[in-house]
Amino acid sequence: MAIHKQTLDEVLDLASAHFKVPREKLTPDDDFFKTLGIDSLQALDLLTRLENHFRIELPDYELQGVSDFRTLADRIQARL
Amino acid sequence: MESFDGQALSWELRDGAVELALHREPCNEIGSLSLDELEKFVHDLDDFQDEAHALIVYSELKSGFCAGADLRELYRRSQDLEREEAAQGVRDYLERIHRVLNTIDASPLTTIAAVHGVTFGGGFELALVCDLVVADKMARFCFPELRLGLIPGFGGIPRLKRDLGNAVVRDLLLTGRSFNATRLQQVGLVSQVVGEGESLRVARATAAQLGKFDRRTAIAAKKFIKPIPYEELQREIDLFCELFSQPAVEAGLRKFVESEDALPYLP
Repeated sequence: MAIHKQTLDEVLDLASAHFKVPREKLTPDDDFFKTLGIDSLQALDLLTRLENHFRIELPDYELQGVSDFRTLADRIQARL
Repeated sequence: MESFDGQALSWELRDGAVELALHREPCNEIGSLSLDELEKFVHDLDDFQDEAHALIVYSELKSGFCAGADLRELYRRSQDLEREEAAQGVRDYLERIHRVLNTIDASPLTTIAAVHGVTFGGGFELALVCDLVVADKMARFCFPELRLGLIPGFGGIPRLKRDLGNAVVRDLLLTGRSFNATRLQQVGLVSQVVGEGESLRVARATAAQLGKFDRRTAIAAKKFIKPIPYEELQREIDLFCELFSQPAVEAGLRKFVESEDALPYLP
């Protein structure tokens, strides 16, 4: 569980830093498309940053329908 | 002609390298305008043979290298024509783009694709004709055509088969998932992965290194190492045209074109 929280925190930290949204404004259940104000191109950018950060591969089809940080972190955790 | 500044592309000779810059918004989609200018480019490429030793292809747009064929134009045109006319139009378009890409593939210049961001479909195929691929670590590669009921049509399959193991080719094509630059370096397709915004600089440094070598030797080596799979390329055109006439394609294209997402890069 602690590992999962660390993954979630790292996802939130990375999104906050890259998309310049204050960290305190991001919560695990936020819709990241809305909170970060990103389109599909920026979502691809986020995916690549997460893959590079965690050194994993995350096929885009695994993210279909995923729009909150918690589920995103779950998908990442499953590949660590 | 030493330089050209078009609506979709520009090129110039710089330090012994021809630099082909793509700059058609939103992400260098290849439609009739880009194809016209690409044909002009390969025609003019002969003029550089004595002065240049390398060709660098890159994008000036932040969004990426190239998102592939202009699917909106393809759909619009196919809707305006009778089925047979539309099929012939697609075949003509493919024959033209293949002539362009085959010319770049076989060019005596050593060719380098400097890619970043979206490198999808026909954009990936443009990179595949180059001898070396230098990729920004944020580059993303994908063949999403099966999602539309199609296969890649700009020579992607024969060139992937030339360069990669068949299992990787199947993964790229049959899943339609996107790969990052590091993964494609691991399988041997990407020559160098570089930091964000560094791909053109590294491509220029690589081109400068190539300029130190004897040109005749480099040309002979390239010809020996990199055969052009002409027969398979023609078969790919035939298969694409056969698939294009299926109802699933029209439905897939319509869904893509009507998407409310401003940039639906993954249909």
